[in-house]
Amino acid sequence: MLASIGQFLLILSFVVATVLMLVPMAGYFKNNDSMMRTARPLSYLLFAITLACFLILVSLFVMQDFSVTYVWQHSSLELPLRYRITATWGAHEGSVLMWVTVQALWIAAVAKYSRSLTLSQVSRVLSVLGIIATGFIAFVLFASNPFEITNPAPLDGRDLNPLLQDFGMIIHPPLLYFGYVGLSVAFALAVSALIGGQIDEKWIRWSRRWTNIAWAFLTIGIVLGSWWAYYELGWGGWWFWDPVENASFLPWLAGTALIHVQAVSERKNAFRGWTVLLAIIAFSLCVLGTFLVRSGSITSVHSFAADPFRGIFILVLLGIYAGGALTLYALRVNQLRSKDAINLESRETMLLANSVIFITSTFTILLGTLFPMIFEAFGKKISVGEPYFGLMFFLLMIPMAVLLPLGAQMKWHKDQFSAAVRQLMPHFFIAAALTVVTYWLVGGMNVRATAGVFGGLWIVSTSIAQVVKFPGKLNAGFVGMTVAHLGVGLFLFAMSMTEHKDIEKDVLLMPGQTTQVAGYDFTFNGVKQVKIENYQAQQGSILVSQNGQEIVELNPQKRFYPKQQQPMTEADIYPMVMRDIYVSMGEQITDDGGWAVRIYIKPMIRWMWFGALMMMAGAVIALFSKRSKRQEHQQVNQVMQERLEIS
Amino acid sequence: MTPTRKKRLILVLMVALGVSVAVAIFLTAFRDNIMFFKSPTEVAAQDYPENRNFRLGGMVKDGSMSRIPNSLKVQFVVTDFAEEVKVEFEGILPDLFREGQGVVTIGKMRNDDLFVAEEVLAKHDENYMPPEVADALEAAKKQQSNYGNYKQEESE
Repeated sequence: MLASIGQFLLILSFVVATVLMLVPMAGYFKNNDSMMRTARPLSYLLFAITLACFLILVSLFVMQDFSVTYVWQHSSLELPLRYRITATWGAHEGSVLMWVTVQALWIAAVAKYSRSLTLSQVSRVLSVLGIIATGFIAFVLFASNPFEITNPAPLDGRDLNPLLQDFGMIIHPPLLYFGYVGLSVAFALAVSALIGGQIDEKWIRWSRRWTNIAWAFLTIGIVLGSWWAYYELGWGGWWFWDPVENASFLPWLAGTALIHVQAVSERKNAFRGWTVLLAIIAFSLCVLGTFLVRSGSITSVHSFAADPFRGIFILVLLGIYAGGALTLYALRVNQLRSKDAINLESRETMLLANSVIFITSTFTILLGTLFPMIFEAFGKKISVGEPYFGLMFFLLMIPMAVLLPLGAQMKWHKDQFSAAVRQLMPHFFIAAALTVVTYWLVGGMNVRATAGVFGGLWIVSTSIAQVVKFPGKLNAGFVGMTVAHLGVGLFLFAMSMTEHKDIEKDVLLMPGQTTQVAGYDFTFNGVKQVKIENYQAQQGSILVSQNGQEIVELNPQKRFYPKQQQPMTEADIYPMVMRDIYVSMGEQITDDGGWAVRIYIKPMIRWMWFGALMMMAGAVIALFSKRSKRQEHQQVNQVMQERLEIS
Repeated sequence: MTPTRKKRLILVLMVALGVSVAVAIFLTAFRDNIMFFKSPTEVAAQDYPENRNFRLGGMVKDGSMSRIPNSLKVQFVVTDFAEEVKVEFEGILPDLFREGQGVVTIGKMRNDDLFVAEEVLAKHDENYMPPEVADALEAAKKQQSNYGNYKQEESE
């Protein structure tokens, strides 16, 4: 019964989205105000319907309605309530429904917070968002319907994948989707500007805020994914360059390029075509990522059920969105010609360099992700893994780290490289000296770690110096930038430590046996059987001590979920300020109680994530920038005038 | 040449230089860091990169797994039901590693008869078969049945 209502609402939402896609846009072309005015109410209606749809699916899970195929496939009678709720987005159908709901939420938010835009602008933006929503609702409706009925209903469900029965599942996917889908707003703004044929500062400033919010969500979504993989997959890695991770990282990189270029195009009539193009690229990569994840065309640890029809459906959507937007771009790009000249030696150039570096990184990683597919077409099976991505990313982040402080140091409009470099020189030596100290403290580092540590210190040192030097500049924009850049520095430093100074040891431990890793003693006191909620576990007891002083008792588990007949490793982690102690159990090796145990010392991993959170915080702080742009604009005009007179 | 043109020329040259360096690095990194996937049949035919890691995938042969006492060393046999390769691995096997299930291992061949794995991957989902493994099994089956037909024809 409830499922039929859900089904009905889904169809209704498809109709509403189609109307939103057509009517306000038609109104714009006919110059019909009353048609354009339908955009806002339609947006709110769309959100109300999709939200109701989503909540119905949640209640179907809560009430254990096994007549719904999706519910029995991913839930069971024993599944605890909190995981029944999260199971809603635990697999393909529900997660696409969540995508659609989040999409509708963004559309409603744009409708609500767009008072500063003219009616024709609002109706265009909402209509373009309507196109995207229609496509994805059609995808839910025709290719992944969560309300499908099984008759007769089974008595019990198949249960949720044990890996997804975890706290990380509650927050990671929703936040990531907020970011992913949020980039569609930047895309819609770009496309509707192309339709209108002009972009002004107000437009860019407005879209910049939305991009910042989306980027912040994307950042925290990725961080949570990394944290979750770290403790849940049981083997202590935090990033695997898995195609699915890349699928979230690609839009992030393009988005990073976008928010930096927007800083220029907001101030000046320059790089506007590039801004628009980057917005198109960023969202197209979101859709491409969805294709990679859902079509099963690439092998990945995130094993979503592979279905070629779904893959083709998304590919068609990608073709329509990206193809349509790029065609429009090609037709209109001439009208977006930059009017303001850009000095070579200025912050504008540095921000352009930033976007070039980040877009190069985007395509390098995209190529690595797609190459296995290309080779497959020629009958060769290859995989591209950490060695390729790690090396390429390292090489591309060198110019990023070197140029970042210079970019932040250079003044807008006109400056001199030599003067900026002179200003930064002391920090070069400070960073070098601190790198030597670090090298000595941690006892040697390889080339990549040394470069990473130096780059991190160089960025942190120069960023702090700028705050000290320009206390008068402490407006939200400047603070946001500096916080984000400090985050980049911290991330680089901590990541170099985590990646290159970690210690991993797999050992066979008999009960009572002690092993030493990095100055810590690990005493294995055997395992005991425990039964918790819907699983049984063999829980180990490992006493960690240092110089005879007890630090903590860790209890990693080897869980067994009877329903799915699936074992799972649950690590136990003792987080400390400078390092994590990470213990997980493999399997029982000997009959007299000997277990394979993995012991990990992960230095500074919390700092690494904290650095990424600072980047997110920076983007959020920058939202509160109220600085008057007019004053600055006058200044620009003045400089331009002088230039004209000189030449 | 006017100063502006000169500036532009320098810019263009720098961009060209940057791009060619990037492409060169990319190609080198790519050539050195991709990993080939090989099935036991291909390994038996000596078709694998030497002294370099590659991925070997197939099914873990039933009853083939043995442990070396007092260590984390295990040996097992990976098969595509046409050919077999003996694999040695030291470390912790993934939760879903089981005899009779699909597996992908990463490592090198030693002395043409032993694959020393550095990493063993089994998928999170027990019903999931790595696509490469499924393809390899399919190919081996086809080859065998072709061979069978050939033999049949011969005997006729």
